[in-house]
Amino acid sequence: MPTRRRALLILAALTSLALLSIAMALTVGSLGISPGEVWLSLSGGDAGMASEVVRGLRLPRALTGFACGGLLALSGALLQVLLRNPLADPYVLGISGGAGIGALLAMILGLGVAGINGLAFVGALAAMLLVFGLANGEGGWTQSRLLLTGVIVAAGCGAVVALMLAVAPDDRLRGMLFWLMGDLSQTGEPGLVLLLLLLILLLALPFARELNLLARGADVAQALGVAVRPLRRGVYFVASLATAAAVTHAGAVGFVGLIVPHLVRLAAGNDQRLLLPASALAGGSLLVIADTLARTVLAPRQLPVGVLTALIGVPVFLFLLARASPRGA
Amino acid sequence: MESVSPLLTARGLAVGIAEATFCRDLHFAVSPGERLAILGRNGAGKSTLLSVLAGLREPRAGEVRLDGRSYAEWGERASARLRGWLPQTRGEAFSATVLESVLIGRHPHLGRWDWESEHDARLARQALAAVGLDELASRDVRTLSGGERQRLAIATLLCQAPRLFLLDEPLAHLDLNHQIAILELLAARSRDEQTACVLVLHEPGLAVRYCTRALLLFGDGVSEQGRCEDVLTGESLSRLYGYPMREVGEGSQRWFVPA
Repeated sequence: MPTRRRALLILAALTSLALLSIAMALTVGSLGISPGEVWLSLSGGDAGMASEVVRGLRLPRALTGFACGGLLALSGALLQVLLRNPLADPYVLGISGGAGIGALLAMILGLGVAGINGLAFVGALAAMLLVFGLANGEGGWTQSRLLLTGVIVAAGCGAVVALMLAVAPDDRLRGMLFWLMGDLSQTGEPGLVLLLLLLILLLALPFARELNLLARGADVAQALGVAVRPLRRGVYFVASLATAAAVTHAGAVGFVGLIVPHLVRLAAGNDQRLLLPASALAGGSLLVIADTLARTVLAPRQLPVGVLTALIGVPVFLFLLARASPRGA
Repeated sequence: MESVSPLLTARGLAVGIAEATFCRDLHFAVSPGERLAILGRNGAGKSTLLSVLAGLREPRAGEVRLDGRSYAEWGERASARLRGWLPQTRGEAFSATVLESVLIGRHPHLGRWDWESEHDARLARQALAAVGLDELASRDVRTLSGGERQRLAIATLLCQAPRLFLLDEPLAHLDLNHQIAILELLAARSRDEQTACVLVLHEPGLAVRYCTRALLLFGDGVSEQGRCEDVLTGESLSRLYGYPMREVGEGSQRWFVPA
């Protein structure tokens, strides 16, 4: 169990990492911009073309990426506790599948960014309510029932997505595939997702110690004074909302939600009071770094960011796992 | 004894799952300093009754009162400061150290924004020492043996420091010396700190030796209860387990062996 002091130190280090990753995202790209010019643009000065690129393109994209990565990691951490399953990720309960159907439908109909985001969010909410309603049937609400319902709904959504890809016109296929792999090139204003990330974190933190108990089993938690039923529902809705918002803005970016909570757990233990904020910071940083690489590695070609998160995440994760093997994942 | 108000009261309690009824119209009270043993065959409803007594499951009929109030009236947190519950099965999905696991017992005593203090850590170490696990404090719980995990769960309960202990098979996985040590520990606590215990046990001889009263569940809704010396006899246990049992020894050292 980390002391409060150690937790703050780790969070301070991760905050620096987050700021560094965003700074990198602002300077690196097809147009190299010096840190001085970035600073000038951010502080309201005029550095010509650089200001436009920084303020109009790179900053919104970096901040959206950060917020989405943070939301996905936070949602993954919450769902791993809720389902008491280290393999849970934000998409295990079918939310990304629902969002995928909505987004692809919008693309087939030829709607713009607003339409894609809107329908994706509607799809995500529909999947969330569907899973909740089905899992909440007469038999009550158990982890295995929720997990199975979610996995089945996700599989159903996957089939519909595959069907839509099969019948979609060729010229839209590339955009649809990019959306499914996760893509930050079509982002709008970052304000809403950043605010949501902050709100969800502030909402979850007061319950972090209760989540520690929930991770040890519902009965144990209740016997130790946790109101399990409202807590579980709250976690479900908050995690679903976080996933829906992230997927709506960045597509189904894989891996961040599964791997970041594990990375943090391996490095700093499984105390949710530290794990939740640390996951949010680390997840945001990972997605910003991955997205910066996605648009620079094969520039001017842009890669789907979801591919990069996996390519970065897998070796880092395997390294930490090998190093920490006596303690287990 | 009469002047002390009971810690746990069951009134007209009926407990069952699906078609099965484990007990009906059950009345009893457990006062500070008392230890009640629950005995019965596998599937007779011992654990279900205990989780009803712990407020984790609703009874079919009747009510359970904890120190004079229902669980709903106390609320989760206040209940957790009064009663502790030892589950029969536990599974660790995530890695944690032994000390971290014991410290969760402090949860009901801490405010929402509190972190475990030095005082809490000291209580946790004392609880570990009481069950002989102090040297394993920094080990991962998932590397412990079954018996060590059982003692860890008991230490967590000691760290929670409730006035009423509800223990589902506290002796499971323990070797003989630890069985006696745990029972001695619980009996000493209930004498010295006026705590009360309800224990699900499988060994009637240990119930005679360490408990003041016994409740027999026959599995078909019928139950018997009373002082150990009255209720625990070769004849009643033969009926309880459906196998002839013979009594040997006398006083608090009576043992029951399959005939």
